[in-house]
Amino acid sequence: MFEDVSIGDELPELVKHPDNRQLVMYAGASQDFVAIHYDLNVAKEAGHPNVIIHGALKSAWLGELVTGWIGSEGRLLELDASYRAIDFPGDTATCIGKITDTRIQDDVGLVEIEIGLRNSEGAISTPGRALVSLPTVLRFSGLI
Amino acid sequence: MTTSASPDNTVISEELRSFIDLESDAVTYDIERHAVERFACAIGDPNPLYTNIEFAESSSHGSLIAPPTFFRSLLPGDYPQPYPEPFAHILDGGSKYRYNERVRVGDRITVVRKITDLFEKYGRMGTMLFKICEISYTNQEGRLVATQTTTTITYGTGEKDSGVGVH
Repeated sequence: MFEDVSIGDELPELVKHPDNRQLVMYAGASQDFVAIHYDLNVAKEAGHPNVIIHGALKSAWLGELVTGWIGSEGRLLELDASYRAIDFPGDTATCIGKITDTRIQDDVGLVEIEIGLRNSEGAISTPGRALVSLPTVLRFSGLI
Repeated sequence: MTTSASPDNTVISEELRSFIDLESDAVTYDIERHAVERFACAIGDPNPLYTNIEFAESSSHGSLIAPPTFFRSLLPGDYPQPYPEPFAHILDGGSKYRYNERVRVGDRITVVRKITDLFEKYGRMGTMLFKICEISYTNQEGRLVATQTTTTITYGTGEKDSGVGVH
């Protein structure tokens, strides 16, 4: 319910343990066959110690963080992610979110969330934001 | 630290600039249940709205829907002419999605991409070309269900990465 949410609240963390198998699965599912995501030689030639995680897979995890939190009655309206730093399989990726604004607009409860993917060193490699709508008590009760 | 490239050594040729606002060939996809399942499994998202018909049909969505970044699997078509990519290597800078409604299993989604901006910066990898694209996703009833705005960075010379220019 929109009324249960306050600015400063944090979303439950979503922890991911990506491995090479998941990168190959994602390459197939998204048809992103840029070799740096599965060919270690290509990744090393580019100066990386390992293959690198698709940015879009990190967006997918941030999408899971937000849609899991809003449940099947909420609606995702906007999802932004910037791939500022590279992440590698074998590392732990933790998706985090914090409410930055709540407002009612045209009888709809809108919630603005700052989101990000935190690596095991504590750095945010992938900052982002989301806007969602949540059912309000009045609307859910059929009162409006 | 990056600075804008000066106009006399730009890689943004007249030909490249002519691609701004040019639309890619429209491609239409049937949103199939098993493609959605496979995508949800690949990203590791267990949400039953993507895979459990009974759960999804009894939810406020009324049917199976696709994960919010499922659009990544709906590749845009080609531009009317081949895009003259000047660089060999590619980085995905990020995506911004705007949703009017969720995509449902059974929808037919038409994808059109256009480049909205091209600019360059100098960084530690030399000149980098930033390409901003807006991709529209329209359903079988003609409603715009979502857009994705992408930032793609290309740089460097040599053998081109496989997949440069696809996403």
